[in-house]
Formats: sequence, C-alpha cells, structure tokens
Amino acid sequence: MAYTEEELKKQLETKEYEYGFYTEIDSETFPVGLNEEIVKAISKKKNEPKWMTDWRLDAYSTWKSMEEPNWSNLKYSKPNFQDISYYSAPKKKPDLKSLDEVDPELLKTFDKLGISIDEQKKLSGVAIDVVIDSVSVATTFKDTLEEKGIIFCSISDAIQNHPELVRKYIGTVVPKKDNYYAALNSAVFSDGSFCFIPKGVKCPMELSTYFRINQAGTGQFERTLVIADKSSYVSYLEGCTAPSRDENQLHAAVVELIALDDAEIKYSTVQNWFPGDKKGKGGVYNFVTKRGICHERSKISWTQVETGSAVTWKYPSCILKGNNSIGEFYSIAVTNNFQQADTGTKMIHIGKNTKSTIISKGISAGKSQNSYRGLVQISPLAKYARNFSQCDSLLMGNKCGAHTFPYIEVQNKTAQIEHEATTSKIGEDQIFYCNQRGIDTEKALALIVNGFSKEVLNKLPMEFAVEAQKLLEISLEGSVG
Amino acid sequence: MLEINNLHCKIEGRSILKGINLKINKGEIHAIMGPNGSGKSTLANVISGHEDYEITKGNIFFKDQEINEFSPEERAHEGVFMSFQYPVEIPGVTVTNFIKTAINESRKSKGLDEMPSSEMLKKIREKAALLEIDSNFLSRSLNEGFSGGEKKRNEIFQMAMMEPELAVLDETDSGLDIDALKIVANGVIKCSNDNNSVLVITHYQRLLDYIVPDYVHIVMDGKVVKSGDKNLAKKIEEIGYDWLKNAKS
Repeated sequence: MAYTEEELKKQLETKEYEYGFYTEIDSETFPVGLNEEIVKAISKKKNEPKWMTDWRLDAYSTWKSMEEPNWSNLKYSKPNFQDISYYSAPKKKPDLKSLDEVDPELLKTFDKLGISIDEQKKLSGVAIDVVIDSVSVATTFKDTLEEKGIIFCSISDAIQNHPELVRKYIGTVVPKKDNYYAALNSAVFSDGSFCFIPKGVKCPMELSTYFRINQAGTGQFERTLVIADKSSYVSYLEGCTAPSRDENQLHAAVVELIALDDAEIKYSTVQNWFPGDKKGKGGVYNFVTKRGICHERSKISWTQVETGSAVTWKYPSCILKGNNSIGEFYSIAVTNNFQQADTGTKMIHIGKNTKSTIISKGISAGKSQNSYRGLVQISPLAKYARNFSQCDSLLMGNKCGAHTFPYIEVQNKTAQIEHEATTSKIGEDQIFYCNQRGIDTEKALALIVNGFSKEVLNKLPMEFAVEAQKLLEISLEGSVG
Repeated sequence: MLEINNLHCKIEGRSILKGINLKINKGEIHAIMGPNGSGKSTLANVISGHEDYEITKGNIFFKDQEINEFSPEERAHEGVFMSFQYPVEIPGVTVTNFIKTAINESRKSKGLDEMPSSEMLKKIREKAALLEIDSNFLSRSLNEGFSGGEKKRNEIFQMAMMEPELAVLDETDSGLDIDALKIVANGVIKCSNDNNSVLVITHYQRLLDYIVPDYVHIVMDGKVVKSGDKNLAKKIEEIGYDWLKNAKS
C-alpha cells in the first residue's frame, strides 16, 4: 500500500522513537538497517514520484526473498546488511586551507599520477578560488551539451526533470530481480548519473572527464543510466585514477546502457577504490552489475581498468539483441596483496551476424587471487554470430593465483567462437635482462606490465590511458621484493 | 678496463669459478673458450652482476673501481653490456620502446635528459642499417617469435645502440647460420674501437675468424688454464681440450 506524504511523515516519526533515529528533513544520515520505511524515506528524501517509490519497494521485496550469491571465486565475510546506513548525503569533505594540510601520502600518489595542482586541490577538498574558474568551465560544457540536446545530469535530477525517459528505460537492461546486489541497488540507490544522447548526435566530448570529481560523492549505491538514441555516439568515462578512500565497505552499483539502432556507446572505467592495507585489512567490496543492450547495428564497448577494492565482483555485459550489433569488452584487472577479483563479461548473442570481442588481462601479485569469468552465449536465432575471446594472466611471485572460467553456450551451428588463454609469470630472467640493460627492477616491472596490458590500454581515451598506465605501476609497487 | 683477480663464485652452494684471473685493456678483444660446464657463462653472468651468483673470494674491477657489490643496472650504467645466450621475450614491449627505455635510464643515472626523439630515431636507423635490420623488426615485441638468428642480431643491435665500454658476448654465435654470423660479427667489429673492449665467449673458433681476438683464454673447471693468441683457438679446434687437462694444477 502507498502512503501519503503525511502518513509517511507520521510513520517516520513513530519509527524515530522506535529506532532512536532523527527524522529532521535535513538529517544527513539514516539509521542503520534496511526495511520498507527506509526505502520510502530515501525516496521521499529525494522527492521522487510515486512510480519510483513503488519501483524501489518492489525491488526491496524481491531482494528480501533473495540470497546472497556464493558461486564466485571469492572469500570474504558477508556484509551485514542490517548494519549499514542506506542514506547519507554526499559527505562534505573538510575544508582545508592549503595542500599542506592534506595527507602527504595522498599527495605523493597524485604526483605520481601526474595530476595537476589545481586538480589535486579539488580532489583533496582544499577550498580554492580556482573552483570559480572550474564552475565557469562546467557551465561552458553544459552549454555545449545543451545546444546538442544532450542530457547529462545526476539520476536524481533526471527523475525530477526527465521522468518519462527514466521510467521508460530504468531496469530494462538490469531488471530489479536480476541478482541480489542489483535488487539491493534498485531499492536503495542513492544517486548516480544519467545521460541521454538524442538521435543522430555525436557527443562532442568525453562525458564526465571533467565531472569525475563530482562523482566522488555519489555514495555506495550508485545508479547509472546511459541512453544513446538512434545513430548517436557517446564516450563515457567513469571513475577516477586518484585513490578513493571511502568509509563505505560495500559498494553495489548498477550501470545500464541502451544503444538504439546504429548507436555506439563507449564506456570506460578506472576503478581505484581502497584495496585494504598490505595485511589485507579493510578495503571496499565492489559488487557491480553493468550491462548494455544493443539494438540493430549498434555497438557497445566496455573498457575497464580495475586496480582497487579488496573484493571485486563485476561482469560488464552486452546483450546483442539487434542484428549486426557488436559487443566489446576490454579489461585489465590488477590484484596485489590480499585483493580478490572475480571479473569478466557476458556476451549474449541474440541477433543475426552479431559479433563480440573479449580481451581480458589479469595481473596478480602478492597473495591476491584474480579470476576471469566470462559467458559467451549464442542463441538459436543468432545465425553467423562470432566471438573472439582472449584471456591472459600474468603472475608476479608465487603466492598469487590466476583463474579462468570461460563458459561457452552455443545453440546455433553457424556460430564461430574462438577462445585463447595464456598464463605467464614475470620471470627473474626477464627482470635480470632489463637490469642488465640499465633498467632497474621497478621500471622493468612497469615495462613488462604495460607491455602485457597494451592491447587494453590502447582502447582507453588518450588522457585516461596515460594516467591508467601510471596507476598500474603504482598498484604494483613493491610487489616483487 | 676490466680486471678480475682470483675470482671464486658459487651458485646454489656449488663452486663454479675457482680463481679466475683476467685483465682486459682498452681497445682489446679477448676470447674465452672452454668445454661445456667449465664456467664460461657463469663468468659472463658474474661480470654482469647476476644475483644468483655469489662471489666468495676475489674481486672484479671495472675502470679501476671494484664493482663486486654493484647491482646489474649500476654496472650497465657504468658501461657493461652482456649479449645474452638466451635473450628473453617481453611481450607487448617493442624493440624500439625497450631500447629507448634502456638508453634513457642510463642517461638518467648520469644526470642527463632523455635523448631527443629525433636523435634517437637517427641512431636507430644508423645501427639498424649496420645490422641489416628492417624497420618492421623494430616494431615487433622484444624477442617474441624471433628466430634464433633474429634474437642474436637484436642483442648486437642493442649493443650498438648502447655503446658500452665493455661488451661481453655470451655464445652469440650459437644458433646462427653463416650469413647471420657474418652480419653479427661485422656489427661487433664496426662498434669496436680504441676506447672499448670486447669479451667473446664461444665454443667454436668459427666466430673468431670474423672477430679476431687479441688474446684467447681457455677456461676449464673454473680457472683459466691457458692463455695465448688466436692460434690457441685454432689449436683447440683441431685437437680439442684434452691435452690441457694436465695443465690443470
């Protein structure tokens, strides 16, 4: 049953007493635990229309009946979902007066990544005048986008201002019931991004390169929806190469991409959440559902560089529904110390002449475990579908693990599938060879790792690629003693 | 240039070198020959600073400073180069990128800026021509899928690029056909001058027909048992090593 505003308020007031929580409208954080009231409260807080509230509630009741999946090659203590606060307003970073007040370790990393001083200030929350400049820059961007009819805003804003688009597409690629974490996200998503590219428009810039700082505060249950209308093109960048030290242990995001006829979406991610310390303490659990649907002759390309998080569980996928559509997945996953990653993709071929390419590069160091898990499914209708998969693993030292779990389901004789896999170890002989040429061990590792990852790094937008390359080096620092 | 005194070394507890003495002056070409397992390649690795080899006695001087404790990269920066018997593959790293990194790392150690691209390119062209290497080769992954001959040619190409003061060639002739051997040997000769030295390690005297040594040393059981000129290598080719066994002390 649905509540009226008044009823809800009343209900919340009662609850306040019951759970000892504070209901003032401006409160920043909700009490821990999850129930229907919390879901409603989130929706109310964001002033959402009823259909959205109902949608969330439906997701919540689904989630309640589901069990946390156990099939991954990951070992971690399951989060207690009643022990998490499901809404907190984007945390305001402390206002610092100058970079001198910022953690020097953080600054060192910024320097290594080659991040400009201004951006360093922004990333570490130093109050500066430059922000004024950047606001004007942001406005310029916004004007350019608006001129072309491109909508790029937070999902909360989109629910307010473009409800018809959100309502039409949200949950169409990743249904609420899709999986445990997707259901949870659907119930409680805090914020995220929304992007719509109109018919025939080529988005003139890499979306969110500039906005990446704003994204930092979107919270632990992020929701992204990207819609490319017919014959449009967009390249979207998510994440940040700078280290994200987040208090939230669990991150469960959902990303949905919709490429209508002849459209192309290129989605690039650099994930660098806190991976935990050298002893494996702390670190973020990153359980993400990312999926795109391709209509006729359209193309979706996922590129990811995963270096962070203690536990990563993530399979950016493509549903190749339209004839002649194309799906691509390029991935580099790095695990060090005690990190664990179970990542890969699903390519679901439904349309005729659909093509998919999977290039996965896993790099494991320390005592980490790195798994590739991928599904290539060719339906009976997908005549002449083609897939090429290549999964390479690189091991550093002898205490880490690399695993490959390729699933191939072919229900059509005309399909053509290729799968290649290699596992190699960085050898002492390779290091010595480099040393003998005057290249020290740290630099040698960087050279070898970059060589190994090159095919994927090349797929990233230029400026991102340079940072990602440095990020790989930093992530593996000290991994060979 | 290089002076080795009473060098003893061990690998995994096993003694390999048992008192090597060797002195190489500027501008000289020396050859080391010896039967399998006599310690030839070990000597090359020890000069380069391979950490698996433990020096238990003696010392190595390079340009009048003791380098026993120098890391492999420090020795390289000082001007020691080794052509590997089995060059390793580094997938995804092109020959050009590798040599560029190597040269710039050495420059960095000397406080120099990176070599300007135009200069690098010019040098690459010049040295590639010397070793009859075509430009496709330069954009291939280092040693990946290279034939034996290509690998060795690439080693000498790197040597030519890095212009070391001491080049140690560890069985550079193995796996080469006669045409490749001539190209490689010619490359070595062209790079050698009055200011640098070459130490050629080989099983066969064949290579020494092209790279004519000033001195030849025979190593057996971890020691230099006989030294002489190029005629010593010829004699070995004819009658083998057996006659030298008695020379062992």
